[in-house]
Amino acid sequence: MRSAHLLRSAVLGLTSHKSRSFLTILGIVIGITAIILIMSLGRGAENLILGEIQSIGSKVIGIAPGRQPQGPADVISTFTDSLKERDYEALSNRNNVPHATKVMPIVFGSQTASYGNETYRPTILGGTPSALAIYDVYPEDGRMFTDEEVRGYADVAVIGREVESELFGGSSSLGERIRIKGRNFRIVGVLPKVGQVSFLNFDQILFVPYTTAQQYIFGIKYFHRFAVEADSEENVEITVADIEATLRESHGITDPDKDDFFVETQADAMEMVGTILSVLTMFLVSVAAISLVVGGIGIMNIMLVSVTERTHEIGLRKALGATEKNILSQFLLEAVILTVVGGVIGILLGGLFSYATSFVLTRFVGLNWGFSLPLSAVLLGLGVSSGIGLVFGLYPARQAAKKSPIEALRYE
Amino acid sequence: MAIIEANSLRKVYLSEGVETVALDDVSLSVEPGEFVAIMGPSGSGKSTLLHILGFLDRYSEGTYFFEGKEMSEYSETELAHARNKKMGFVFQSFNLLSRTPLIENVKLPLLYSHVPESHWRKMAMDAIEAVGLEHRLNHHPAQLSGGEKQRAAIARALVLKPDVIFADEPTGNLDSRSGQLVMETLQHLNEAHGHTIVLITHETYTAEHAHRIIHIKDGTVDKEETVRRRHRATEHFEK
Repeated sequence: MRSAHLLRSAVLGLTSHKSRSFLTILGIVIGITAIILIMSLGRGAENLILGEIQSIGSKVIGIAPGRQPQGPADVISTFTDSLKERDYEALSNRNNVPHATKVMPIVFGSQTASYGNETYRPTILGGTPSALAIYDVYPEDGRMFTDEEVRGYADVAVIGREVESELFGGSSSLGERIRIKGRNFRIVGVLPKVGQVSFLNFDQILFVPYTTAQQYIFGIKYFHRFAVEADSEENVEITVADIEATLRESHGITDPDKDDFFVETQADAMEMVGTILSVLTMFLVSVAAISLVVGGIGIMNIMLVSVTERTHEIGLRKALGATEKNILSQFLLEAVILTVVGGVIGILLGGLFSYATSFVLTRFVGLNWGFSLPLSAVLLGLGVSSGIGLVFGLYPARQAAKKSPIEALRYE
Repeated sequence: MAIIEANSLRKVYLSEGVETVALDDVSLSVEPGEFVAIMGPSGSGKSTLLHILGFLDRYSEGTYFFEGKEMSEYSETELAHARNKKMGFVFQSFNLLSRTPLIENVKLPLLYSHVPESHWRKMAMDAIEAVGLEHRLNHHPAQLSGGEKQRAAIARALVLKPDVIFADEPTGNLDSRSGQLVMETLQHLNEAHGHTIVLITHETYTAEHAHRIIHIKDGTVDKEETVRRRHRATEHFEK
């Protein structure tokens, strides 16, 4: 049978019941829309998060206390205070970690800061002067505190733009003193407005020497993190090994399974985020796929009604020479056209919603969210929708094909 | 050689354990180019017979040779191909596709044939001209009169130049004038184009357009007669 005519008669069959056809494909439209939206947003989120991670620079290695959890029960075995001053000294020793150009201890937390009657609760970050350099962020006004001030437990701070505007209104804060935990901190520098970089909103931070932060703000003798910068990307791997060896020696650990710290490179972080997001996306997609099954059953139902309604037409076509295969392909084609049309509408709607979401997130939330509609999602949408037509259309189409011509002709 | 050769055909319907004999020991033959009427009252089994002869239904016992080949030797697909190429059907209730214009209705058998699509329009036009409906090409069935509908159905039956046209009470739903026009058309096709025609009717007048009448009664052949004073109805086309 000729495909053009087959197509035309299928389209005619469907358009003669426009509202019924539309309602039938609604389930498919919703399912495909959901899948496309989820896949598109998942890709957008992945791009965003990977972009944030990459903005730190791939030469930077993170060291955190505790152990990378191996399972749910493992959470108990994390040690929060395992990174100490002597570790800092050991890591800073060029003999231990020859490829490290910078070793930066970091402490962080939140505390109320006040100026006059104004109070604000910034993210307090304690580190060395070079810590913000790995993010490529430098004071716009004033200066960074010095290594000298770090060693001297100086009460100096570099603040973000939002901290400044919240505490000082419109006026300049340089040289002013703000109170944190009863101590006066002199503001020596103000950061430019940079917003969110790598999970940290720089406009809301208050950056102080780690010594001061440990001693006077948090009252701790350990570090929350170390950041180590290797001299080149090639040497990241060897530096990781050097760090692990150094810390194990410093902590007296012989069995790597008993590590009370873990070392993470940007590549590790990106891989982990990528894995988590794709698992999450696949989970959501499979939830959405349930609606496709429901939609498919709807297609099957309406195709069965259509086959019964058109029993007489089937009988006539058979009398005029249509074979079982001809009838089967006619009804199968109708089912596939229904679902593919539903799929195309779903792809367009999913893309549209995803674009709208990225627009809102970029424009009103301030995230650097790029719209992305992966080709794989489009192909999956088309493939799945036509597959559903084939699978759920097959049974009704077979019912149609098997009808005996004379019984079908007698049916009124 | 006879184009249709049926011997001792028997058709039994089984419904809820009860056997109903529709045909019992029917034998008949039709020669190529013949115009045969099968006549009988309603319930006589004449429609069942036509359905079996037209490969729309299967017999229970006996033999049926169509163009020398026994029906049981045809596969389901070959039966469909035979209905398509060698047989044309005209039904009492026309059976046109209502959402489709006349010319597309006439093209319908071509869809299932091996004729290249480039020939379709010409073939459909020839068939439509043969029944005199060339001025109604794009009309939908609802816009046609009963007689026009039946002539459209005849054009559809003709389009692949079948060897036999089976007509099941073609005038049954028509007024006498329209019925007359349909009979003229069938007679013309038989005489001018040599189509073999098997006609079913319960009216003697209609049957007398044929060469020969086979009377069916209670599922069996009652008698056969050659029509001596045949009704001639070709004037319309000779004009």
